[in-house]
Amino acid sequence: MPATVPTPRSVAPLLEVEDLHVEFDTPDGPVEAVTGVGLTVGAQETVAVVGESGSGKTVTALAVLQLLDGGRISRGRVLWDGTDLTGLDRRALRRIRGNEIAMIFQDPMTSLDPLYSVGHQIVEALRLHSRMSKRAARERAVELLARVGMPDPRRRLDSYPHQLSGGQRQRVMIAIALACSPRLLIADEPTTALDVTVEAQILELLRELQAEYRTAMLLVTHDMGVVAETADRVIVFYAGQVVEHGPAADVLRDPQHPYTAALLEAVPGRETDRAEPLAAIPGAVPPPRAMPPGCRFHTRCAMAWDECARDEPQLYPLSGARAARCLRHRSGTAVPVATGKGA
Amino acid sequence: MSSPAARALPTGAPPDEDLLEVTDLVKHFPITRGILRRTIGHVRAVDGVSFRIAPGETVGLVGESGSGKSTVARLVLRLLEPTSGSIRFAGREIAHLPAKELVPLRRRMSIVFQDPVSSFDPRMTVCSVITEPLEAQGISTGREARRRAGELLELVGLSAGDLDRYPHQFSGGQAQRIAIARALSTDPRLLVCDEAVSALDVSVQAQVLNLLRRLQAELDLAYLFIAHDLNVVRYVSDRVCVMYLGRIVEQGPADQLLADPRHPYTQSLAAAIAADPRSGVRRRRGVVRGETPSPSDPPPGCHFHPRCPYAFDRCTSVVPVPVAAGPGRTASCHLVGEARGA
Repeated sequence: MPATVPTPRSVAPLLEVEDLHVEFDTPDGPVEAVTGVGLTVGAQETVAVVGESGSGKTVTALAVLQLLDGGRISRGRVLWDGTDLTGLDRRALRRIRGNEIAMIFQDPMTSLDPLYSVGHQIVEALRLHSRMSKRAARERAVELLARVGMPDPRRRLDSYPHQLSGGQRQRVMIAIALACSPRLLIADEPTTALDVTVEAQILELLRELQAEYRTAMLLVTHDMGVVAETADRVIVFYAGQVVEHGPAADVLRDPQHPYTAALLEAVPGRETDRAEPLAAIPGAVPPPRAMPPGCRFHTRCAMAWDECARDEPQLYPLSGARAARCLRHRSGTAVPVATGKGA
Repeated sequence: MSSPAARALPTGAPPDEDLLEVTDLVKHFPITRGILRRTIGHVRAVDGVSFRIAPGETVGLVGESGSGKSTVARLVLRLLEPTSGSIRFAGREIAHLPAKELVPLRRRMSIVFQDPVSSFDPRMTVCSVITEPLEAQGISTGREARRRAGELLELVGLSAGDLDRYPHQFSGGQAQRIAIARALSTDPRLLVCDEAVSALDVSVQAQVLNLLRRLQAELDLAYLFIAHDLNVVRYVSDRVCVMYLGRIVEQGPADQLLADPRHPYTQSLAAAIAADPRSGVRRRRGVVRGETPSPSDPPPGCHFHPRCPYAFDRCTSVVPVPVAAGPGRTASCHLVGEARGA
């Protein structure tokens, strides 16, 4: 059964990923990094994909744009405005990338070309996707740099990436991403490499631009704080699967999957009692080749009982446009112990 | 000769019981140009830093990139020699001690870095990684060192059975445990944690933070805990020093400092820490502007003044000195203390 996250809106979603499986070849044979992931992003919606390293969140984001390096989609569909991107040729894909879907990454240095000035790269992006004279594109580039809060934008056109700070480089990437007014921006850990005061500025900028350009955003992050601040909906990944999804505020306040709850508890917050040890999750994420049977989280779960090691949980729908992949929510399942609320 | 009574009741001056006392520490790095490497200026990476750490205490050092916090770590361990200032460790002045005389002191101070695997030689087994400092210090060798390495692995929550494996066979969290075991091998009094949990996934980060707390209680360790995550620093530290462009702008007890920051830079940091997801509190918007300027060309006066919402004339020319900002607290800001009412 394809696990697809329903949009709360009645209109068809912009992006719809259905039952996505992604495989990578290794010397020991193929390994599945993403197993049956489904998600949707509606127009102008911000959806956060949250998880730890190895959860499959970045692989899913790259699969949307067919940018998997060494991996392949072995099953499932990626519907963009109704068209399946997995069947498109490179030319058709290129039209969608940049024009309709843009992407920014954690480290802009890897996506900016060190040999060309910032201005040249923005002008290139503009002219690649729309007919525009060089001069007009340069003027537009100044406007874009000014819009993303670059100090002294006209002079910055002639700067090279290495002459900019991390925050400024991310501003340039955002300017390039917005150059063609995409309908969806995929942002993979866009603030992880930045200082906190700069992170605050970049998140605020993304929020403003999203409202201004009416762009939807798929935000990949490991940081629940960033989710709380930006997302309408959140999708929690664990070990290559979606384990929980729903409206961000509801999921964060009252998580229904033990992993989501444990993840929230493990981070020290402003109010965390310094006299008490942190509620750490024991063990580590299992490697893709050694997934435990039953629920993939059961070996680390404080609420697991014997069924969890045997039955593979589905993503069970809950009220309030939510769902959780936990046997406690399977209808007819008698939960053996009273585990209290959420956490 | 002092009388027993005078020794029992120290007067005015604070008791000389600090494990580490850093005073007016300065480190300048030359900026060179051309094939002759002519010096054309200096980066004032650390520009007059003073703080203390008592035995068994955790002092957090927070700051953003370019603040000089990692340089402070390297100076304290004398991996770098300071330009000027004093570093007293266990009662000895070590700021300019020659390498040979540092060797016995090095047993008592260690460091754990952000990325442990890259600091290990990939050809070394876990056992060699842990016993290397023991052998270098002449503390123990051979079977005795191996026995100690096994004990240390158990102490950090791994197994003596892991001794003959290689560090790259372990997950990030386990590798950091191995790095901690190595750092503890010589029985140090001070452990410097330089972004030691910053690269770990949150679930693993919590495990390592709990381990550090347990080790501190069991071994009476003092920590200099360097990190950029303010919530993590608040959680582990007794006291916190906030650095900005080579200077400590504010220091004080962890809870008070973050609940009621006095320096405008600390206020910005506290406001900028990501929202608390559980309570749904979002961060205050628009409190800081701009980015940290280059440490090679810091602004005059208070380094923070170009980004400070409260800056006035004096801030652009006069360097603020630390003033009392409550019990056990200081802040280097012209608006704090006696100047506040003026």
